[in-house]
Amino acid sequence: MGILEVKNVGKRFGGLQALNNVELSVKENSCHAIIGPNGAGKSTLLNVFVGKLIPDTGSVMFDGQSVLGRTPYEINQMGISRVFQTPEIFGDLSVMENMMIPVFAKRDGSFRMHAVQGMMGDKDIVEKAETMLEEMGLAEKRGMQASSMSRGDKRRLEIAMCLSQDPRLLLLDEPTAGMARADTNNTIDLLKQIKEERDITIAIIEHDMHVVFSLADRITVLAQGTPLVEDHPENIKGHPKVREAYLGETAD
Amino acid sequence: MLGLDKKDYTLLLIVAGLTMLAPFILNPFPEGSGLAQFNAGYPDLMQRFVIFGIFAIGFNILFGLTGYLSFGHAAFLGVGSYAAIWMMKLLTTNVIPAMVMAVIIAGLFALIVGYVSLRRSGIYFSILTLAFAQMSFAMAYSVLTPLTGGETGLQLKIADARILDGALEAGEQARANLFGLNMSSSYEMSVGSWLFTFNTGYYIAALVMLASFYLAIRIFRSPFGLMLRAVKSNQNRLNYTGLNPRPYTLAAFVISGMYAGLAGGLMVAMDTQVGPERMFWTASGEVVLMTILGGAGTLIGPVLGAGLIKYMENILSKINKDILHQWFAFLPDGLEDFIITLVYPFIGKGWHLTLGIIFMMVVIFLPGGLVEGGQRIAKLFKGKDADEDGAQTKPAE
Ligand SMILES: Nc1ncnc2c1ncn2[C@@H]1O[C@H](COP(=O)(O)OP(=O)(O)OP(=O)(O)O)[C@@H](O)[C@H]1O
Ligand SMILES: [Mg+2]
Repeated sequence: MGILEVKNVGKRFGGLQALNNVELSVKENSCHAIIGPNGAGKSTLLNVFVGKLIPDTGSVMFDGQSVLGRTPYEINQMGISRVFQTPEIFGDLSVMENMMIPVFAKRDGSFRMHAVQGMMGDKDIVEKAETMLEEMGLAEKRGMQASSMSRGDKRRLEIAMCLSQDPRLLLLDEPTAGMARADTNNTIDLLKQIKEERDITIAIIEHDMHVVFSLADRITVLAQGTPLVEDHPENIKGHPKVREAYLGETAD
Repeated sequence: MLGLDKKDYTLLLIVAGLTMLAPFILNPFPEGSGLAQFNAGYPDLMQRFVIFGIFAIGFNILFGLTGYLSFGHAAFLGVGSYAAIWMMKLLTTNVIPAMVMAVIIAGLFALIVGYVSLRRSGIYFSILTLAFAQMSFAMAYSVLTPLTGGETGLQLKIADARILDGALEAGEQARANLFGLNMSSSYEMSVGSWLFTFNTGYYIAALVMLASFYLAIRIFRSPFGLMLRAVKSNQNRLNYTGLNPRPYTLAAFVISGMYAGLAGGLMVAMDTQVGPERMFWTASGEVVLMTILGGAGTLIGPVLGAGLIKYMENILSKINKDILHQWFAFLPDGLEDFIITLVYPFIGKGWHLTLGIIFMMVVIFLPGGLVEGGQRIAKLFKGKDADEDGAQTKPAE
């Protein structure tokens, strides 16, 4: 049994069958990549995992509990964190404030009203946020407004925000899309380090094969909403079905 | 100090100083001089400054922090006023129970309105709040007449029950008071040809305003305030961080409704009558203008905005053609008439035009409101260190 078990998931948008009978099992503490051509349904599948979309059929179990019908914030509290294709951070707030919010959420749950207590007086929160910033090499930027950081740093901050909650499953949707080579390599190193140092399961969607083969323990290939193959990276590379999916009908 | 950092504490002290010395500061011109009509240091207007200051401070907790633009906050002000006057009619003319009840009832009403309206965001939220407010106005005017006095509104009457107060002596009027201290009593001090008025009602309202301001600073700097700013910045990320935005926005809505109720209660404490026009949509729009004009999301901005608008409403609007003729009498006749024709549309009833122009200029050139203007000026003088606190001076969207 994997930590994430997806059975028979289907999702229709009007006339388009975006997901069709998707079966997937993500093993605990592994890194599972989902690849496939544009429009294959990868992001749709991720949206199902985090409660943004409810599928028409099938079940999604995380650690033995169904995620279907739960709101995104409830699913986050179950231990699933998500990194978006374009970094979603609190652009108007400082880096430190960005970091404190998930730490508060982890400690206090979905709502708690500290309306008059000073924010910087909360030692646990400040310390945890600061440690996390240091670990991720963002400590000098703590006072900066988040929206004024570089793309790479925003991504780093978003990952730091997710990790500060000690999630059991980290979902990444094309974390290196639109990044320069150097930033991409930094992100790969960062994710490798996270994989080694933490008890964490990672599910990653990615187009960049360099990223996929550097990180993934297992790969699922999705095409037109259906998984074609699921296997080890070495077996995926030359797989005829994969080449067919990516290169069209011209496979030999 | 008081749980505030140095910068906020200084700001609080400055505001305290200004409000306590307002009778002097607002009356800089000697009586009888041509400029005396620019004096704003009379009790009625000073009370309005601080009361609308409270209204705007509360509105800013919702709009400035979360970005949710309510177009119906006058409803809470009105409900607070009605609650206050009923307390004075039924229980006692002491203003404390009246203000407490104004806050409670306005808070409960805000809970209902907020619960429904916050199911939508953006323009739909604004329209829902506007609908609620206009509904309240229409009902106060018509079907709720037994409760609101309809068009004529409510006043204190000799025949009111006032179960906690003793009977009035013959010829005595029921008056708002604080443990016997009459709200309308004033002490006048003349220095040379200057006249300064110290009014009990004003000082009580000013102290309440300072307390409200202090509480607002604490809210801004609290984890709760951080979450409200996070709502404005990125609700999506907030959701995926395990936080439910709805209770935060609802709490902010109720708190700002309570501030509005407090302002409404104070209005009754200063002038013991209420009418439904207090809830009309233009009154809701006015607090939006105050907040944006001063600087939404800043601490002091809404108070400045409230002050500027009330000053113009009460001072600029009183300048008439005769006064203009006095001012420009030194010019040759033809030129005098010409200048007066030019200036006339901007004064008297035309003060709305002046306000409109100022408002447009601020929105276009100073999106952070008067506060941003102040900061730019401070920067010119001081060089760089004027704006460090990005969070405090964020311009409104
Ligand atoms: N909310 C929606 N409503 C209608 N159609 C949608 C919706 N979301 C996605 N789709 C469609 O579903 C299909 C799968 O989209 P999805 O975003 O999951 O693809 P993807 O595999 O993530 O592609 P890419 O690699 O380009 O990100 C696409 O054809 C898309 O247009
Ligand atoms: Mg996608």
